[in-house]
Amino acid sequence: MKAAKDITSRAHPLWIAYIVHRLSGLALAIFLPLHFWVLAMAMTDPARLDGFLHLTEASVVKLAEFGLVFLLAVHMFGGLRLMAMEWLPWSAPQKTLAAGATAVSFCIAVLFFIRAI
Amino acid sequence: MLGLRLYMFQRISALLMAPFVIGHLAVMIYAIQGGLSAAEILGRTQGSVLWFLFYGTFVVAVSIHGAIGLRSIAFEWGGLKGAALDGFMWLVGLGLIALGARAVWAVTFAQGAGA
Amino acid sequence: MTTEVLKVAIQRDADCVDTFDVPAYENQTVLDVVSWVQQNVDPTLSYRFACRVGMCGSCAMMVNGVPRWTCRTHISKVLDGNAVTIGPLRNLPVIKDLAVDMDPFFDKWVAAEGVHHGALTRDDEIAPVDEASATRVEANAGIECINCSVCYAACDTVAGNPDYLGPAALQRAWTLLNDAKDEGRVVILDAVSGNGGCHNCHSMGSCTMYCPNELDPMSAIAGLKRETAKNFFKRGR
Repeated sequence: MKAAKDITSRAHPLWIAYIVHRLSGLALAIFLPLHFWVLAMAMTDPARLDGFLHLTEASVVKLAEFGLVFLLAVHMFGGLRLMAMEWLPWSAPQKTLAAGATAVSFCIAVLFFIRAI
Repeated sequence: MLGLRLYMFQRISALLMAPFVIGHLAVMIYAIQGGLSAAEILGRTQGSVLWFLFYGTFVVAVSIHGAIGLRSIAFEWGGLKGAALDGFMWLVGLGLIALGARAVWAVTFAQGAGA
Repeated sequence: MTTEVLKVAIQRDADCVDTFDVPAYENQTVLDVVSWVQQNVDPTLSYRFACRVGMCGSCAMMVNGVPRWTCRTHISKVLDGNAVTIGPLRNLPVIKDLAVDMDPFFDKWVAAEGVHHGALTRDDEIAPVDEASATRVEANAGIECINCSVCYAACDTVAGNPDYLGPAALQRAWTLLNDAKDEGRVVILDAVSGNGGCHNCHSMGSCTMYCPNELDPMSAIAGLKRETAKNFFKRGR
């Protein structure tokens, strides 16, 4: 395609924060209906629900859960950073906050993982 | 394609959800200790008005927030416009509310629930 | 005599990239390279420049995918080995080769109410401006914009949303909102709250990152969001 025209160097921190926020939101939005469907089995098919919950003992599932927790946390902390920038009167160092949000999210996900394994 | 009104719904649902997300993360980290089971989860949530209200409100807020968020993506990356874009947003929003409400009901007051 | 030859790829049409061998010189800018091509190899190459000293913004182009003022970009800073790719600014219709149609950019400037809203007449006193006030400091931060369109080209939201007014227009609206001489508060807030308004901004910050004048449209747009939100709560739904 029009390579010279359309590619813009995007490697800067705030753009990465934007893309992480968007992709994490997208992933969560896709996960959510599945999550609701499985939970509803509590009334429709309790045995199957237990079957699903048993799967959570597998390491690969625990890893996936770690990923999901990270996505949820990073989406929320990233969002709070945005709201602070938009609605609070102080001008904060945005790159530092973006990095901080990611770090805290990672820590929460690790905490989850440690408790899970 | 995001005017003031949709923006406000998006931001307010986001702020509303912050305590819910923290609560949900805390519950998850607590609940997974010693393995997950339907009995353990339901033992906590069944018959509880508090959990019903907690997760019920959470579902409504996330449905609004997710629908508007997906709208932005559908427009900017998918090129969806006009009535199709609005339809998509409502489908997502109402769909999430419906599925979510069903899930909340299932773990709180549904009959025949439990292992 | 020069010993180095640069491989310069220049976007001509939607599907056509011409590569030229350009002699390397000391103190050579990207604009120098483009000019050399047009003067010595291909007189049909169309491009814009005016002041060539970094104050008019006419020479803005995409250099290796990044919007820049070509007269202020030393070629050594952007060479990949000895190669460079030059194209017309993104997000604007191409007239020919490296020259783009700036109309949409300026139309959006006006649509964002980036125009003076005066209420006084020649018989009135001049409105006093307190240089030290918070609002004046806020306004001053954005008034050096020379409409070069680099921020507009850098913005992915502009790319994905044809109605989006863009960072420059919204920044101007913000400076006027904070201007003691401007009476267009209601009109401005309305103009930036529509389908193409400030609420589409995702704060990816490419505008602030690439502005050659080191302005900060991202923060200006955040200011507009703050003001429209405050207004929303006051007036109610």
